[in-house]
Amino acid sequence: MDAVSPSGFRDKTKVMDAEAIHRSLVRIAHEVVERNKGAQGLALIGIRTRGALLAQRLAKEIETIDHHPVPVGALDITLYRDDLSRIAPNPIVHATEIPFNIDDLTLILVDDVLFTGRTIRAALNAISDLGRPRTIQLAALVDRGHRELPIRADYVGKNVPTHLNQRIEVLLSELDESEAVLIDARAEAPEAQGAPRHGERKPT
Amino acid sequence: MSLLTAPGQATQTLQWTKKDLLGLRTLSADEIRLILQTAESFREISLRPIKKVPTLRGKTVVNLFFEPSTRTRISFELAAKRLSADIVNIATHSSSLSKGETILDTVHNLEALKVDILVIRHAAAGVPALIASQATSAVINAGDGAHEHPTQALLDLFTIQEKKGRIDGLNVSIIGDIAHSRVARSDIWGLTKLGARVTVCGPPTLMPTQIEQLGVKVTYRVDEAIRDADVLMLLRIQHERQETRLVPSLREYRLRYGIDRDRLAAHAKPDVLIMHPGPVNRGVELDSAVADGPFSVILDQVTNGLAVRMAALYLVSGAPKVDEAEA
Repeated sequence: MDAVSPSGFRDKTKVMDAEAIHRSLVRIAHEVVERNKGAQGLALIGIRTRGALLAQRLAKEIETIDHHPVPVGALDITLYRDDLSRIAPNPIVHATEIPFNIDDLTLILVDDVLFTGRTIRAALNAISDLGRPRTIQLAALVDRGHRELPIRADYVGKNVPTHLNQRIEVLLSELDESEAVLIDARAEAPEAQGAPRHGERKPT
Repeated sequence: MSLLTAPGQATQTLQWTKKDLLGLRTLSADEIRLILQTAESFREISLRPIKKVPTLRGKTVVNLFFEPSTRTRISFELAAKRLSADIVNIATHSSSLSKGETILDTVHNLEALKVDILVIRHAAAGVPALIASQATSAVINAGDGAHEHPTQALLDLFTIQEKKGRIDGLNVSIIGDIAHSRVARSDIWGLTKLGARVTVCGPPTLMPTQIEQLGVKVTYRVDEAIRDADVLMLLRIQHERQETRLVPSLREYRLRYGIDRDRLAAHAKPDVLIMHPGPVNRGVELDSAVADGPFSVILDQVTNGLAVRMAALYLVSGAPKVDEAEA
């Protein structure tokens, strides 16, 4: 089914609907609790913007399962990007808000789409400037492949095989008019030279 | 600011495209808001155990100060260091400028060393703008003559926004030597663009003619400037320059225009903010009891100045380069 994205982009296929997103988060919450033997010493850090919203939802699910408060923070990775000198103007910086000490915690890093892995690399560097957690695990709602760094997710909502030039869009009701994961259907379209990738702007 | 709220959609679309930051007169209200919003995000870095981010790694910033300065220079230096830029300080008395090299030659030599950002202070108005027009590096004006001091005004706006929650609709009185103050001019531009009502007050000898044309109210009576003001900005009497000839004596200035506890108690709003760009002449424009008192946000201004200068360095370093913009 088609939906209109915020960018006004049509020709999109829905790969997850609201129900599917919710079920994935519930499953990931159980996996987190199982793997870490409860929610004690656990904290979630979401990568702005949509990862931060997903982290809040995931924390609620974990609290429902284990009845332990799970602190949630939001991380902005703009200042740690590896492509700042290649893009102009500089992207807008949003605040990092992690209102707890991360030392010796089990941190679950949450992002909406896992793609090249460069965002996660930046997030790991940012976290290491904030403290020394006991361990860091990674949860992503969608893993679309095409890693450029040796990074993998510990918890994945859905694996979505994609072409390099396809776009994936995650819509969440807190921020968008609908709730879905969309992929543009023009997979077989001729690859545009130097098309910008997710999380990266076209170098000027 | 609430945790995990979505970033504002309105400001999201605006991006910084200017090569230089020369003054507030040439900035739009949205550009000023973008700098303040960016500074908000940078403030948290200075509260971390490791006060450094890698953002400007590999960039070189030059502090080129043709006039003595401690706090502005150190603020820019720390801002650059906390963004991982390399910074070089040039004080002109120990440089080749004292051998007769022209300013533009100095700048061209620095550019031959591949620097990225020039932070410039000069006693003559317009020097940063002249250099900006000749240089490919980004230029940040750190104060030029009695013209503009944009980062000081931005940190003033940031501090008012932080303490009062808004700027629009506030009454702000600027008291002191308006004629020789670049801070006053930048503050007037910034405050009026963001919707504040500005009153300027000082002795007639230190009040420029036709200052009303900037959209401010003029008064020569300090009690009137204090009344209804949400913010009082005191300016330094720069007695190291020639201004003591323009007022009969510092003692008389204090009696007529100095802010002390009694004057505040008699006329000021109960939640007034006391601001000063520093350094304070204690016992002249401001009594110690007020400078250190509960309404004073003078040290918050210093703290916020760091975040504002980090934001300025970040934004100008990302502006499209001249050759790329033309391509």
